[in-house]
Amino acid sequence: MNRRGALAVALWLMFLGAAAAVVLRAHYAADLSAFLPAHPTAAQQMLVDQLREGPASRLILGAVEGGDATTRAGVMRAFAAELRRSGLFLAVEDGEPVTAERDREFLFSHRYVLSHDIDAGRFSAAGLAKAIGATLEELTTPAGALFAPLLSSDPTGEMLAILAGLQSIPGPAHSAGIWTSADGRRSLVVAQTRAGGSDTDAQQRDIELMQQAFASVQPAGAVSAMSLRLSGPGVFAVRARSHIQQAAVRLSAASTMLIVVLLLLVYRSVPAVFLGLMPVLTGALAGVAAVALGFGTVHGITLGFGVTLIGESVDYSIYFFVQSRTGDGAAQRAQQWRRQFWPTVRLGVLTSICGFASLLASGFPGLAQLGAYSISGLLAAALVTRFVLPEIVPARLVVRDVAPIGARLGRVVGSVPHPRALLLGLSVVSVAVLAMHREALWNRELSALSPVPAADQEFDAALRKDLGTADVRDLVVVGGPNLESVLQAAERVGASLDAEVESGQLGAYDSPANYLPSQATQQRRRASLPDAATLRTRLREATQGLGVDDQRLAPFVAAVAAARDGALLGVADLQGTSLATGFDALILHSGAAWNALLPLHAVPGAENRALDTARLRAALASSGVTTATVLDLKQESDDLYAGYLAEAMRLSAGGLAAIVVLLCFVLRSAREVTRVLLPLVLAVLCVAAAFALAGRELTILHLIGMLLVVAVGSNYALFFARPDDGARPLTIAALALANVATVIGFGLLAFSRVPVLEALGMTVAPGALLALVFAALASGQRTHA
Amino acid sequence: MRASRRRLVLFAFALCAARAQADDSGLAQVLQGFARRTHAHSNYVEQQFLQVLRRPLESRGELRYDAPDRLEKQTLEPRAETLTAAGNVLTLQRGSHRHVLDLADYPQIAPLILGIRATLAGDRATLDRLFQVDFAGSLAHWTLELVPRDPATLHSVARIRIEGSGDDLSRVEIGQTNGDRSLMTLRPAPTP
Repeated sequence: MNRRGALAVALWLMFLGAAAAVVLRAHYAADLSAFLPAHPTAAQQMLVDQLREGPASRLILGAVEGGDATTRAGVMRAFAAELRRSGLFLAVEDGEPVTAERDREFLFSHRYVLSHDIDAGRFSAAGLAKAIGATLEELTTPAGALFAPLLSSDPTGEMLAILAGLQSIPGPAHSAGIWTSADGRRSLVVAQTRAGGSDTDAQQRDIELMQQAFASVQPAGAVSAMSLRLSGPGVFAVRARSHIQQAAVRLSAASTMLIVVLLLLVYRSVPAVFLGLMPVLTGALAGVAAVALGFGTVHGITLGFGVTLIGESVDYSIYFFVQSRTGDGAAQRAQQWRRQFWPTVRLGVLTSICGFASLLASGFPGLAQLGAYSISGLLAAALVTRFVLPEIVPARLVVRDVAPIGARLGRVVGSVPHPRALLLGLSVVSVAVLAMHREALWNRELSALSPVPAADQEFDAALRKDLGTADVRDLVVVGGPNLESVLQAAERVGASLDAEVESGQLGAYDSPANYLPSQATQQRRRASLPDAATLRTRLREATQGLGVDDQRLAPFVAAVAAARDGALLGVADLQGTSLATGFDALILHSGAAWNALLPLHAVPGAENRALDTARLRAALASSGVTTATVLDLKQESDDLYAGYLAEAMRLSAGGLAAIVVLLCFVLRSAREVTRVLLPLVLAVLCVAAAFALAGRELTILHLIGMLLVVAVGSNYALFFARPDDGARPLTIAALALANVATVIGFGLLAFSRVPVLEALGMTVAPGALLALVFAALASGQRTHA
Repeated sequence: MRASRRRLVLFAFALCAARAQADDSGLAQVLQGFARRTHAHSNYVEQQFLQVLRRPLESRGELRYDAPDRLEKQTLEPRAETLTAAGNVLTLQRGSHRHVLDLADYPQIAPLILGIRATLAGDRATLDRLFQVDFAGSLAHWTLELVPRDPATLHSVARIRIEGSGDDLSRVEIGQTNGDRSLMTLRPAPTP
């Protein structure tokens, strides 16, 4: 080893140590945020905040299944009590009237600041007469009759008005006192964690606690009768993280093992196999370290992607070992390889890097990380192969001569009749299939990127439907510098929404001001209450025609007097009531920015019809709240994904263009460039056509997979495009071996339970195989010609 | 003095025993009649006598029963609202608004619904489980007095008094613990 070689090895070892240190300290995340924009618009920011930290992200939905309704309700009660005791949850609700008594008491004792109907007019003699008359009429209905005992203290029916406001949104069905699914087979519970939804570690702890708590309340001997199923964003994040970690570890291990076995079979040399894995190891470490340094957080999906790099980076060492056969001694053979083959490998590496570099420009961290990971990983693997491997290869190490295998493969390829016609036919068929399916080719929903399996998503949707939280698709968002300002704005927006509800355009809406009116509104309501003497006089007048004995309304007079002197309500007063949960879910606070959310509900029976958002926007404009925006969450997230998909396509096209430019620059012949690229493009077309035929919609991960096919395949095509210098059988053997390694790596990925990894594997494994076959067929044509 | 009091007590005992006798056969007869009937439909007028009011509140509507456990009270005037109790599920429907509630969450109305429903179903076991049952009269004109056994219920509903002849209800009176009461007068709805 000369001085330069020693330096290369020393630098390599230092790099390995440093990269390992970075990788061990890196922070790993596994939520959907990898696919959320790094520089969002205000509306997207709202969406991102909601998904990451918002109250919705903290919900864990639970379903207890099995057993009969009564036993299940008993288990659910004990389970919920256990969860409440743990203190890890802001709220645990299962439909039990745990806080109902407290809620009623709170609403009743503060009815004169909470009721919408309170204004000065309501306490004039005429206003009182009208309100009391309406209450009496209400008492004649089955539901109203429940309020008869309150008549002497609440003759104007404020409690009724408050409850009507809060109950306009239907809740879940009940059975045996517990929330139940519509089919009656599941008991439901909703727990709101203290920890934010993106704090995956805390979510995992809370989920484990829930499972332990459930196990502990199961009646003895009925262990298998009932089961708990959990769902929600935190559950998904935890599950996805563990799936991805498992997949990354297990698939890496499996593909490494398979590749080792393959190489052992071919090389018949343990040291060669061991050394051959060095570029792979270096590449994987370099990739994760680069992402950790460049982005701060490594997304789980990037880690999963790491597996795929094994398949590609092992290629470099395969070329090195298989092709370096000429010359005496390791040093000479290495030198010969460098001269004869390295330029082609280098061009292949550069081509791959060009393909991935465009991803770095992506506005989505997930894509940018994939780009950074691939570039640094491939670069490291190639550099180690070029500068370190030749230095550490034992002088007498020679792997088995695989030229005969290559020669045989070459004959097989050569025996294919009319290869060019075959390729042309395949292109025509693929293009025709793609053209026929062009409408349904791409999946256009953000959820397509979700690391959550479809079955889990369906279960979640079913639970949300049962809980009555499924149909919130549209929101009005109002912003402001403090809580009071957003509550006031929410009240003004609410006034214009009331008109929409009145006219039947809107079913109902929820507002934080329903739970806690702004201080200004509370003050105004309080100021409209008359003093006791005035009230008594007016009552006497008001009750004359109603048959009400005004002397018996003393509790009412006392309550109004108390409310006049009472304190205004603040957030703290809501504590301990279920109103706190409702309120917290509708108020977002980050830094100096406050936002109030007003979820909109469609008119019953018309849930599937989209709301007329244009009309709502006009109504909001008339409310004079300039910070109010109508947000269609589904539309917003689909727009986000559409933008994402468009960007990925643009970047992929950019990557392809960069590859073309690079090849033109190096090969300096349009014919040569075409010869290199055509097999790759055809491989991609065939894979896409196969997906279309199988009815599978393509996602961004499929697109990335196609980019990978081009990146990996370019090596094959470049080697085949080289003039035949007598080493062709050796080259074919090296390429075949490299290809099998790649197909193993990606093929395993295709069996992953993580949808995005599966998509990647399903695309690249067949794509890489086809790229090799097509490249061989295209070159075979040339030999014949 | 002492002797006369003792006589009075004895007399009262005798009376009770006699009533208990009549109770069993009469009540059983009435309930059997109801048990045979799977459908009932009446028009009602309801008067609510509230402490705060100088005159009763009046409303009218229809009461329907379908065996085994569906009871519907449809108020028509002055304000339309329908209350349906099927099993333990209460449904309130007013216009397009619908609320589904659990009967168990409403102890103020649960005994009323359960009592009337068990009577219409001829379900003696449920009546005995929930109420202290007192029967008087004959099949032609009987009175059933139900006093809730559950002390929590007694906070709101003191007693339910059902009158009828044969397998028709004619009056349902509910006495609230606070002194309010309501009286429902029923007439079989004309069969269409």
